[in-house]
Amino acid sequence: MVHHIISIGDFDRNGIDRLLDHAGQIDRKKYDSNALGGKILAVLFFEPSTRTRLSFESAIARLGGTSLSVGSVEACSMAKGETLADTVRVVSGYADAIVIRHPKEGAARLAAEFSTVPVINAGDGAGQHPSQTLLDLYTIRQSMPIDNIDIALIGDLRYGRTAHSLASALSLYNARLHTISPKGLELPATLSEQLTEKGMEIIEHDSISDIIREVDVLYVTRIQRERFPDSASYFNVASSYRITPELLADAKKHLIVLHPLPRVDEIDPRVDSLPHARYFEQSRNGVPVRMAMLMQVMQ
Amino acid sequence: MKNSESAENEGLLVRRIKNGTVIDHIDSGEALNVVKILGITGTTQEALSIATNVQSRNMGKKDIVKLTNRELSKEEVDRIALISPRATINIIRNYKVFEKKGVEIPTLIEGLVRCPNPGCISNTHEPIRSKFRVLPNGLHCIYCDWVITRDITSHII
Repeated sequence: MVHHIISIGDFDRNGIDRLLDHAGQIDRKKYDSNALGGKILAVLFFEPSTRTRLSFESAIARLGGTSLSVGSVEACSMAKGETLADTVRVVSGYADAIVIRHPKEGAARLAAEFSTVPVINAGDGAGQHPSQTLLDLYTIRQSMPIDNIDIALIGDLRYGRTAHSLASALSLYNARLHTISPKGLELPATLSEQLTEKGMEIIEHDSISDIIREVDVLYVTRIQRERFPDSASYFNVASSYRITPELLADAKKHLIVLHPLPRVDEIDPRVDSLPHARYFEQSRNGVPVRMAMLMQVMQ
Repeated sequence: MKNSESAENEGLLVRRIKNGTVIDHIDSGEALNVVKILGITGTTQEALSIATNVQSRNMGKKDIVKLTNRELSKEEVDRIALISPRATINIIRNYKVFEKKGVEIPTLIEGLVRCPNPGCISNTHEPIRSKFRVLPNGLHCIYCDWVITRDITSHII
């Protein structure tokens, strides 16, 4: 049976822990650098990406394999009106696995239906982004056990797929979720209900300073300018969700600040040099985690 | 067949059929949706009778649909359960009830309901049918995880 990774919901707690353990071994250089020698990874990205794309390409290269990609969306046959289903059927004849990013939710699930090789979802619209979630969890675990943490999700929690996937995964770890988001960009009600049903405690707050003393992790997401009617209202909202050294002065010593990147105004650059800042480490962790994912589906 | 329900006793609403299917105990007001679910349109050739708001001893009011010369597949029958879980299906052969059964809510429905999420891949020109997993809190789109919790009939394709 072909093994796909489409949603973090496809993993149980043991599955996540095993993959993170494997990523840890890879991080300590305990891996065969030719484990995927001769294998080809097709990188099908129909949306812009820097980190995810490069880290998947880096991951396959570090394991001895190679990658194929189509360049921009305009350069591929989707621009001629080909369906994703046909594209995937064709590409699965050229490669041993497919990594896909697509603007439509559920696109990776569809790709898995038509592909004869493993499919990894690298983000589908406002939907799932399991590799990001796994590297988020990996980064948390580098600093503290994930169980029972208090984590604050900050920013655009309505459209932010990384926040949705992470929240779902954390429900397996008995984490307590604190949410801080502008009006209209709150966590979707259906997701909150699902998480609450799983026993997760979710607490909404008006400002970060209300909970800065309580939490172990700040997970900051980008508030997109296009969600607001004008620049003035965007800056007004964005400034009240900004992480600064002054705000962190009251934080627990072991608190870590994560961000899926790219950041714009959400984190003051002065935070970068504080011990709390882990977002560049988090980004770097994308490589060992994605290496572990590729080995899981391609070996 | 002995039938104590008043509408049948009155014998006013719809004639008995020789061969076909009688869908009885449909929730009041849902008969037209049942017809829609079964894909019956104005071009259907066989006789179709619909009775709505018929008095029922057990249900207060109910709807009935009678289809001539058509027996329903299990998949068709189970779709009806989504909007009318108390419905009963009577297969009629030569004026007699050949088989009587209830409906069961299916675990997966395909091509019946449109996903309300405009960003869902199932709402594009891809060669797929919509797929929903039927869970206690509603219908879950297997593509985008959208959950339809109420008013399922308004999403029927």
